[in-house]
Amino acid sequence: MRNSNAAPVSPESPAKLIAAARTWRRPPWVCSRAMRWTFGAGALIYLTLALASLDINWPRVYRGLARGWQFIQGFLIPDFATRGNDILAGMQESLTMTVTATVVGILIAVPVGIGAARNLAGPPVYFFCRGLIALSRSLQEIIVAIFFVAMFGFGAFAGFLTLSFATIGFLSKLLAEDIEAVDETQAEAIRATGARWWQVVNYAIQPQVMPRLIGLSCYRFDINFRESAVIGIVGAGGIGGTLNTAIERYEYDSAGAILILIITIVMGAEYFSGYVRKWVK
Amino acid sequence: MLRIEELRKRYRTGDEALRGVSFVVLPGQIVGLIGPSGAGKSTLIRCINRLVEPTGGRIFLDHLELTALGHSALRQTRRRIGMIFQEFALVERLTVMENVLSGRLGYVPFWRSFTRRYPPADVEKAFALLERVGVLDQADKRADALSGGQRQRVGVARALEQDPELLLIDEPTASLDPKTSRQIMRLIREVCAERNLPAVINMHDVLLAQAFVDRIVGLRAGEVVFDGQPNALSPEVLTRIYGEEDWAALQSRQDREADEGRSSGDEEAADAEFERRASLA
Repeated sequence: MRNSNAAPVSPESPAKLIAAARTWRRPPWVCSRAMRWTFGAGALIYLTLALASLDINWPRVYRGLARGWQFIQGFLIPDFATRGNDILAGMQESLTMTVTATVVGILIAVPVGIGAARNLAGPPVYFFCRGLIALSRSLQEIIVAIFFVAMFGFGAFAGFLTLSFATIGFLSKLLAEDIEAVDETQAEAIRATGARWWQVVNYAIQPQVMPRLIGLSCYRFDINFRESAVIGIVGAGGIGGTLNTAIERYEYDSAGAILILIITIVMGAEYFSGYVRKWVK
Repeated sequence: MLRIEELRKRYRTGDEALRGVSFVVLPGQIVGLIGPSGAGKSTLIRCINRLVEPTGGRIFLDHLELTALGHSALRQTRRRIGMIFQEFALVERLTVMENVLSGRLGYVPFWRSFTRRYPPADVEKAFALLERVGVLDQADKRADALSGGQRQRVGVARALEQDPELLLIDEPTASLDPKTSRQIMRLIREVCAERNLPAVINMHDVLLAQAFVDRIVGLRAGEVVFDGQPNALSPEVLTRIYGEEDWAALQSRQDREADEGRSSGDEEAADAEFERRASLA
């Protein structure tokens, strides 16, 4: 509408003609054409070979479809009642594990994360904390859970330790990266007032990283809840044990009920964390 | 009194930012540092409170050698030097009041600052300063809710909250419009006059510098190439600082502004009117 008043740009202007005659293409990533083709073809060949190497037993897949359908049916007609008490106890245990592990994990992850930020910590502390994070992140939850179950026996305590350990690796790494990305001038301004190290952390760093830390903590909460269902399978307590038992007994309707509860709680946590993140922005 | 002797700074990259800078800032004197980008203005100002460590030369505040201070003595001395920044460097997610009170961080123990329980005298001073710079009604707002001019007023209040003996001001108006720039410069001049505070101000707006400082030091490639009265900035001097350019145009604009300057009383009234409207809006 507004353009209707503007003078029409003459398409015949000489500059336009010259500009139209030139061509431009985005410079390619890999300069040499031969190299580009080699890389492309190589990747394609590898992918084909890799797919071909997958041994798929089609008759077995066909037979499994019936079992899968049974599973889905159980899911569609969930049975909350038959194993009601087991489910309730498992859920309770899982939630307890999740809440305690998330809180403890955060409490430990914050100092570790601060220590793992290059702009706040000296080299010895930095490398120690980074090592701790690497250790926590390189061990998968199931492996840690098996280790803790072997050490402390079956039950929720092993699960709690596993989830805390995993939370530390996850949160401290992301927190450290966030701290390293803060606006340095705000920290500089606080430092220039003669503030101590802790005061710089409290006044210049904390306000900048808090929203993300809270968001990540909520996110970790629902990861922990989901994980609690998995590590229960190896005996680390929680709903996972109940779920495993139900599947082993082919009680897909009870398993369906458990899965629905897990999905509901994870979705609830997701909705809640979205709300919290908006609120702390 | 601030005395800088043969100050040198070579960055790890090998860039020599300062090559033997010497000058003295007398009590109550406002010195404007001008020079092209990369001349070392920011480095010089940050060497004074050692946010940047000088690699040579000495700096004295009265009889105290700033360049010889250990870690904790440096922290204590930073309390005596207020700093105002280019992009305000307020902690954006903290309230205006917290930002001003952060000027006291060097004086209060960590727990007091952490719980925001500052001594009553500090709080009283902060209120008085917010009133002085004209943003008292914004005290509980978050710093990022303020306009550029208001933020810089908070920046001034934070620096003054330290009860400084010297102000270091890095491009205070670089992100402000011309009118707000003049208001901020006028405010800085006034508060310096009220407290007999010396100040070192980096500026790249030559006309603004001429209008508001007592003395101009021109830097080029890390060396002082001019040191004198603002009205001694002739085209020859500007060429020495910045290089060849048609400085006559700048000069004539300056004369014109000097004529307008006679009605500066009106300008004050206009500023007040503008601020009254801004506060209504």
